[in-house]
Amino acid sequence: MAGGAATGGSAAADTYKSARHWLLLPSWLVLVLVVLAPVCMMLIYSFLTKEFRGGVIWEPTLAAYDQFFFDRGLFGDDPPKIEWTYITIFWRSIWQAGLATILSLIIGFPTAYFIATRPERTRALWVFLVTIPYWVNLLIRTVSMKFLLRDQGPMNDFLISTGLIDDPLRIVNTNLAVQLGLFYSYLPFMVLPIYASVERYNFAMSEAAADLYATKWTTLRRIVLPAVKPGVIAGCILVFVPSLGAFLAPDLLGGAKNFMIGSLIEEQFKGNAGNWPFGAAAAMVLLTMVLILLMIFARQQRRAEASP
Amino acid sequence: MSAKTDVKNYTGFRTLTFVCLFILYAPLVVVTIYSFNASPSITVWEGFSLRWYGDVFTGPESGKFKAAAINSFSIALIAATLATIIATSAATAIVRGGIFKTRTLSLGLISLPLMVPEIVLAVATLIFFNAVGFTRGYMTILVAHIAFCIPFAYLPIQARMQGIEDTYEQAAMDLYATKAQAFRRVLLPLMMPGIISGFLLAFIVSLDDFIITNFVKGAGVETLPTAIFGSVKQGLKPNIMAISTMLLALSIVMVTLSYVVSKTDNTK
Amino acid sequence: MTENTQIAVDVRDAIKRYGDFTALHRISLGIRDNEFFTLLGPSGCGKTTLLRMIAGFEDVTEGAIFLYGEEIEDLPPHQRPVNTVFQNYALFPHMSVLENVSFGLEMRGASKADARTRAGEMLELVQLTQFASRKPSQLSGGQQQRVALARALAPSPKVLLLDEPLSALDLKLRKAMQIELKHIQRETGITFIFVTHDQEEALTMSDRIAVMSAGEMQQLGDPRDIYETPRNMFVADFIGDTNLLDVSVEGIAAGRATCKLSGGHRLTCDAVDGVNAGAKVHLSVRPERLFLSDQPTAAESLQGTVVENIFIGTDISTIVDVPGGQHFTVRTSNSDRGNKRILDPGTTAYVNMEPGAARLLVD
Repeated sequence: MAGGAATGGSAAADTYKSARHWLLLPSWLVLVLVVLAPVCMMLIYSFLTKEFRGGVIWEPTLAAYDQFFFDRGLFGDDPPKIEWTYITIFWRSIWQAGLATILSLIIGFPTAYFIATRPERTRALWVFLVTIPYWVNLLIRTVSMKFLLRDQGPMNDFLISTGLIDDPLRIVNTNLAVQLGLFYSYLPFMVLPIYASVERYNFAMSEAAADLYATKWTTLRRIVLPAVKPGVIAGCILVFVPSLGAFLAPDLLGGAKNFMIGSLIEEQFKGNAGNWPFGAAAAMVLLTMVLILLMIFARQQRRAEASP
Repeated sequence: MSAKTDVKNYTGFRTLTFVCLFILYAPLVVVTIYSFNASPSITVWEGFSLRWYGDVFTGPESGKFKAAAINSFSIALIAATLATIIATSAATAIVRGGIFKTRTLSLGLISLPLMVPEIVLAVATLIFFNAVGFTRGYMTILVAHIAFCIPFAYLPIQARMQGIEDTYEQAAMDLYATKAQAFRRVLLPLMMPGIISGFLLAFIVSLDDFIITNFVKGAGVETLPTAIFGSVKQGLKPNIMAISTMLLALSIVMVTLSYVVSKTDNTK
Repeated sequence: MTENTQIAVDVRDAIKRYGDFTALHRISLGIRDNEFFTLLGPSGCGKTTLLRMIAGFEDVTEGAIFLYGEEIEDLPPHQRPVNTVFQNYALFPHMSVLENVSFGLEMRGASKADARTRAGEMLELVQLTQFASRKPSQLSGGQQQRVALARALAPSPKVLLLDEPLSALDLKLRKAMQIELKHIQRETGITFIFVTHDQEEALTMSDRIAVMSAGEMQQLGDPRDIYETPRNMFVADFIGDTNLLDVSVEGIAAGRATCKLSGGHRLTCDAVDGVNAGAKVHLSVRPERLFLSDQPTAAESLQGTVVENIFIGTDISTIVDVPGGQHFTVRTSNSDRGNKRILDPGTTAYVNMEPGAARLLVD
């Protein structure tokens, strides 16, 4: 090792140190103006008064949040009761996203593990195979899923023709369809981080466990799983978060009864009965939940990095 | 290695992997097959035909799809190009700018579009355009696309640049190249695979986006995903499957290209 | 050295700090025109930092650097007429060998044709003409090394900086390159500043060596000086093998110091500035300057017991215990004459010293 590296001289490359602020300027400009400022604007809108055909009136009010959490009767003058409609939608979203995450984990973990234990030269190809579908248009994937699962779709045709079932399975417009859709949308997000963790895992530890009389499944539970836990957590977050705010899967596969947050928000802006402040408030609640999750996750990852 | 001495592999994991791949590919394969169906009904298979591909280009909805395709591709091209330039510039500052106070903050800002749920981003952008009084249309879609394409272009470029030792630029400057010359003659050519890969990913992401586009598009301006969504809402039709299959093939070609390019190691 | 020897690189009171950490403590150093100068020290001693300060890749926190009388520490690297052979060569992987070698010339404004011609000459000098159109990755380590050398020499720098250029080569190739580098230095007459942690390499190649440790210069001198009259414990220990003995100085008379070992034995050696009577210091004796006998001799000798004989090819190394817990390593050349003096383990032996072999160290 050269002296310069050991003394920290080239720890961070700084060839373009003098120009760094200019180089960052375009990205700051675009992202602050088109992402950060709009999110702040959304927060402000959630405290404004709604205009009936979309848009807002610039009068501050808590009406949007009040509508979200409390029911004050048809004319707004009853004593406030807890409003369950929206809380139920949020709860259903969490539940659906959670089930989709568990489903992804059950399929994703063995897949990731299997890929990580392939010979090195074929590994990248396996990873590539798993990632391709992610890059195919989400809308097209969801439509394909709907096409496949339809009552008169190819899957039911196939099952009936083999005599396994007599009547078509009714999956579309159920919770199960939504879970399958979410699972299908975000499965690669589960596989990739777990794969990265397992690839770094030192398999001599499995041999050491076997040497010390552990069975294979005990080894998996007691040695492998704790070692790859950060990857598993990352995978779960990466599936859960986008599932929570998903719009296409619940909208196309779930039907009207299986409304999730995404559809609730969309309706406020795209539908005729638009209520922008209420939509902004719902989006704020969703964003807050996601940010809390991400913060917990970041802390977990830091802790995992801190301990060897 | 026999199963007895192999402590690494678990029975069943291979099967589950194939189940996983089956689930991932089955819907795509089925739609591709049915897009070649001769029947006007999506339920019955009546034999192989290219009729619905023809319908996409000449059928009653062809005008709508053509306009949507022009919008989609021109927006993807412009947004991906600008996002790639912006991302390359940002990656140079972050990977080659030493350690500075706003470095972590900049990284956070760049990955923001990946962390905020898409629907929230869509709402925020719509509200923003409304607040500043922009008329929704082609331009608003383009601006939104540039912003959320940046992280997708950024990640492969940063990964590539981190893999290039800074001694190359130092050697160039030692040999009398200015910083700008060292960038153009040495760093940029070495980074090219990352830049191309970033551009292709940004292009796909822009081409595929539905949620944000759906919010910020004006009346009458459609991209392919919003046009497809509009049609699907009125029921699944075979021409939609043909157009989906074409987009699907395009995505796969571009991702494969991006993968191959990012694997080429021009430092070896 | 003649009166009018020019100073090529003059480092004056140079200090380098990274935040609270001081990497170089006020270094002053004059490197002469046309010499093969080596910065030698263990990793982290600051030698590479100093080299990179001369090249222009590190700021000088305090102090100044002059290149043939011109102050250069504020110039960016591309304005300094010095070139570097990097540790891992840093050959541009996307350019051919010829493009690599002509790069510096082109950057200095030479036309493409002129640059190619000169680059061709340089490739001839390093005997790589037939590889001109290859990519660096298609060359062996030794060939890459020579391309890096040709690339750095092509623009005719005033000083050539070499950052551990041989460390990636295997032993045989390294030895061959050491000689080739030395030849090229003589042929071109360019001042070479060479950084290495390999003391043998430094002794082999250099006109002068600066031994560095912990950001400070420990000793500056020609290879013989450094080896035979190390100034302090660090230099004695770092360069070659040595026996280091804890001693207390009993008295100094007529330029000779009488030292007492922990076991009670007494030795005399040349007095050194900075070591006074009563001081507890170290004594260094090179193992090849000791010899063994089964009887006391006229020279200064210490009685002990042979512990082990270790065969190391050219020599035989014998470890001898003397009372007071001190070990001596004695090196005997593996020749007929030498072999006669080998004593079996367990036997009593006398460790004898050539006159002037022991050297007092200023800690």
